[in-house]
Amino acid sequence: MSAPAPTATPAAAPALAISGLQKSFAGVRAIRDLSFSVPKGRATALIGPNGAGKTTVFNLVSGVYGVDSGSIHVNGVDVTHLPSRRRIRTGVARSFQNIRLMSHLSVLENLLVGQHVRASSLAALLTPYRLIPNHRWKREARAALAESGLEQYAEETVGALPYGVRKRIDLVRATLAGASVLMLDEPAAGLNPSETNALRDHLKALIARGLTLLVVEHDMHFVDSICENVVVLNFGEKIAEGPLSVVWRDPKVREAYIGTDEEA
Amino acid sequence: MSGYLTGVLVVLAFNVMAAYAVYLPLAAGQLNLGIAGFMAIGAYAAAYLTNELGWSMWAAVPMGSAAAGLVGILIGIPVLRTHGIYLALATFALGQVIAAVFLNLDVVGAAAGYPVTDYAAPGVVFACAIGVVLLMALISRTRFALYLTAVKSDATVADLMGISVRGIQVAAFALGAALAGFGGAMYAHHYSFIEAQHFNVLLSVFTVLYVLFGGVQTVWGPLVGAAFFTLVPELLRASDQWRYALFALFIIIFMALRPQGLVTASLFRLFRRRSKGASA
Repeated sequence: MSAPAPTATPAAAPALAISGLQKSFAGVRAIRDLSFSVPKGRATALIGPNGAGKTTVFNLVSGVYGVDSGSIHVNGVDVTHLPSRRRIRTGVARSFQNIRLMSHLSVLENLLVGQHVRASSLAALLTPYRLIPNHRWKREARAALAESGLEQYAEETVGALPYGVRKRIDLVRATLAGASVLMLDEPAAGLNPSETNALRDHLKALIARGLTLLVVEHDMHFVDSICENVVVLNFGEKIAEGPLSVVWRDPKVREAYIGTDEEA
Repeated sequence: MSGYLTGVLVVLAFNVMAAYAVYLPLAAGQLNLGIAGFMAIGAYAAAYLTNELGWSMWAAVPMGSAAAGLVGILIGIPVLRTHGIYLALATFALGQVIAAVFLNLDVVGAAAGYPVTDYAAPGVVFACAIGVVLLMALISRTRFALYLTAVKSDATVADLMGISVRGIQVAAFALGAALAGFGGAMYAHHYSFIEAQHFNVLLSVFTVLYVLFGGVQTVWGPLVGAAFFTLVPELLRASDQWRYALFALFIIIFMALRPQGLVTASLFRLFRRRSKGASA
């Protein structure tokens, strides 16, 4: 794996560019004129109080919801009106707040689903790969697990695994899809300190490989340890952007988080 | 082999083929309650080809299957826009409509039934059923089978992973229909007589029960379910009229103990681990 190019200039096309995004639900404006971009090979956090619209942004970028107006570009490709199924081919994948792995499939089978983008021909669909010992798809999935130190879980049923392990398998699945931009919805929520550390190392390794992360997270220590840039949302509007240490002192941000006046 | 045993095994063979026809869409979360209708299409189409056009059974049966599969695609595209109970109702109605059409279609005998000139011996029926089981076992080793489970388990995530959810659903529905058509066509040529009343709602419902009872998580569930429903009532024959009560009791006990069906994926993994542990 090559190290990320530190020479990447800010002028290079951003991994994710959101411009003038608007979305309403039954008259309630969930996202208001939102614009921000996520530079390649970096981690950016999307923070804000509950109901600020963070998950809605993920749903708009992944295509679960259609936009009312505005545009979304992934790696320079306009995906605004692309069907959700085709967006992963532009390099964007996401995780869900509640882990959405297929719980009665094995870990390996879940990862094979993640490989679909790179094995989607009719021939690939009908190859009886399970009859072929050590088929390259299985080899590749096992290698990805081994890289994350999770190889012992390959044959386990996902539903029976600890929460922290499932979170990381979700990450491995997204990386196997060949995604270059990962949107992670509260990756550290519900994890104990050692699981959080394992996740942090995992994410740092992904950034070192050149992946771009957009992270929704409430744990500010976690955000501080991996994200260089933070975008703050409140009532669907961007109220601040910049390094966490700076935005956290912004009076508007403090007001949005009223009642939780602790320093990060 | 006694005539009685042969007769029972032939019924089992037809039930196994029908069970897999229900299993394919059900593995993707689509309940087809009109499977008897697709069997009727296969049966009548194949019978028409042998009777009226003088085709050999070997050509007529695959054509009957293809006809049912084609109807499956055409119907599946609009009908699979519905989900859950609405899909069940739509397919239920579809099965009834198809049976009603054949019941009134004079060219294939209407209510009087339709004799079939060519004959498929029990050996041919067994070979076809075994072929269907082997084909299904092969399919279960592919990504297609994996995606059936993925679509059933979480269609949103499957879609975000780039899988064509509707494509998989329509393919499973149509393949199931083609399989039902194949079974129906074989049925017509084995019993040498078909009537629309045979392809009724009870046939559809019983076939769904085989699959739910055997379990939908692995490819062996429908086989086990069909075998149970066909063979156990025969084994209980000695108990005279009590056999139906005993059979119902068995079903209630099994479904209470194993609501996911008799054969589940985790059961398979458990056996695999045990055998690995034993050999280590």
